[in-house]
Amino acid sequence: MPDFDMGRYAAFVWPAWGISLIVLGALAARALIAARRWRREAEKLDQERPR
Amino acid sequence: MSALTQLIRREITGAWQGGGGPLMACGFLACAAVLPPLASDAGPGALVEAALPITWLALALASLLSLERLFERDLDDGSLDLLSLGPAPLEAVVLIKALAHFLANGAPLALAAPVCAVSLGAPAGAAPMILLAALIAGLGFTLTGTLGAALALGARRGGLLIAVTVLPLLIPPLIFGAAATAQAAGGGDFGPALILLIAYTLFALALTPLAGAAAVRAAQG
Amino acid sequence: MFGLANPQRFMAFTRPLVPLLWAAAGVLLALGAWFSFTAPEDYQQGDTVRIMFVHVPAATLGLGAYAALGVSSFFALVFRHALADAAARAAALPGAAFTLLALITGSLWGKPMWGTWWVWDARLTSVFILFLFYLGYMALRAAIDDEARAARSAAVLGLVGLINLPIVRFSVDWWNTLHQRASLIRADGPSIDGAFLPALLTMMAAYGALFLALWITGIRTEVDRRRVVAARARAAAGA
Repeated sequence: MPDFDMGRYAAFVWPAWGISLIVLGALAARALIAARRWRREAEKLDQERPR
Repeated sequence: MSALTQLIRREITGAWQGGGGPLMACGFLACAAVLPPLASDAGPGALVEAALPITWLALALASLLSLERLFERDLDDGSLDLLSLGPAPLEAVVLIKALAHFLANGAPLALAAPVCAVSLGAPAGAAPMILLAALIAGLGFTLTGTLGAALALGARRGGLLIAVTVLPLLIPPLIFGAAATAQAAGGGDFGPALILLIAYTLFALALTPLAGAAAVRAAQG
Repeated sequence: MFGLANPQRFMAFTRPLVPLLWAAAGVLLALGAWFSFTAPEDYQQGDTVRIMFVHVPAATLGLGAYAALGVSSFFALVFRHALADAAARAAALPGAAFTLLALITGSLWGKPMWGTWWVWDARLTSVFILFLFYLGYMALRAAIDDEARAARSAAVLGLVGLINLPIVRFSVDWWNTLHQRASLIRADGPSIDGAFLPALLTMMAAYGALFLALWITGIRTEVDRRRVVAARARAAAGA
């Protein structure tokens, strides 16, 4: 079973994991949102001028 | 060859004119030498340990001075296009600009460096090595700085941009030069550090013309 | 491989690949977290060893992303490929973020271990300099208004940075041995207990999959964006 009691190191371990997950999550969100936005724009292009 | 000679002469006069060049560089170094003691709370003897590090820091920063104008003037008045179409290869043009800049900026700095260091408290016996290391490292700084100037051509806030892109690249010559002078000051063996410093400058001598020319072409589109 | 250099073929090839990468990243992260917190405490480091499982992958991928940036820059310069430039650009922000995470987690690891938030040992100093390389690259791209010009200049800088990286790394290591400071982070030294390997390897794989997902998604976005921008420019010119 996972050991979640970090004892006196809790103040270091949890922020380390927390910041990592937050930053990585933000990166992923940004990447996916931008991808969706430009995909939609590009598809609009294809509709306006069918190739 | 006369085209090259003309270019050399042009670059050297250009680098020394206009208030840039040796006076500004040495003025900067002098200011950099006087600020730490004034900023320091401790007594006059306390900065002896920091004399060489401060000198090297000032050398590295001073080498970035007036780099943005290295290519800027030629870009603005169109002579950069002429130079890149001319008989001399662009790589040679970049190298000559870098060397001319070194003569006007790096070499005077190297002469002033021992004075700066000793006035901050470095042992006088280290002065010859400080001069030598500052010359070789200075050439390395200038070459890498020239590359930065070519990359930042026409960009906004050119001077700051050059500093931000180039400073990490200046770390090796800084480390080797500082180690050589520290060894010399402490009476140790400065050989390995000096050799590594020379190696770096040779590497920069090879890389800067190639990469600098590529950067100039990139700027011209 | 070079067939992928064609943007349309690249888009078609990566379309099924991207969701898989994201899914893999998610699964591996969950699994890695499980392993990280079920691993035993380290004899010396206690529970702080769990920070290693986010620090080492971040540092590794920070470096890997820069390699991707540098190699893409090489292809952009030599083959003048728009896709290569998109690849270089797409690697920059994730790489910088991974490197920053490595610095932050490294600091959080160091404080309980050596009592200080930061120490200029070879490893940490190198990671910090890598971060500076990223900042310089992103600053250069941002400072040049003309996109095509910015791309070409950045390609030169990316390649120059890649070439200089081993030299800088060597000089920092050399400097460190001068002062006879043993490298304090021995994360990949002989002391890695076998018990930590599942967690470490899974987290490494997770970060790797995540970087690939981020990178390829970023390249696809860039391809779409350029298409749209070019079409708009054509429309504006024609109208």
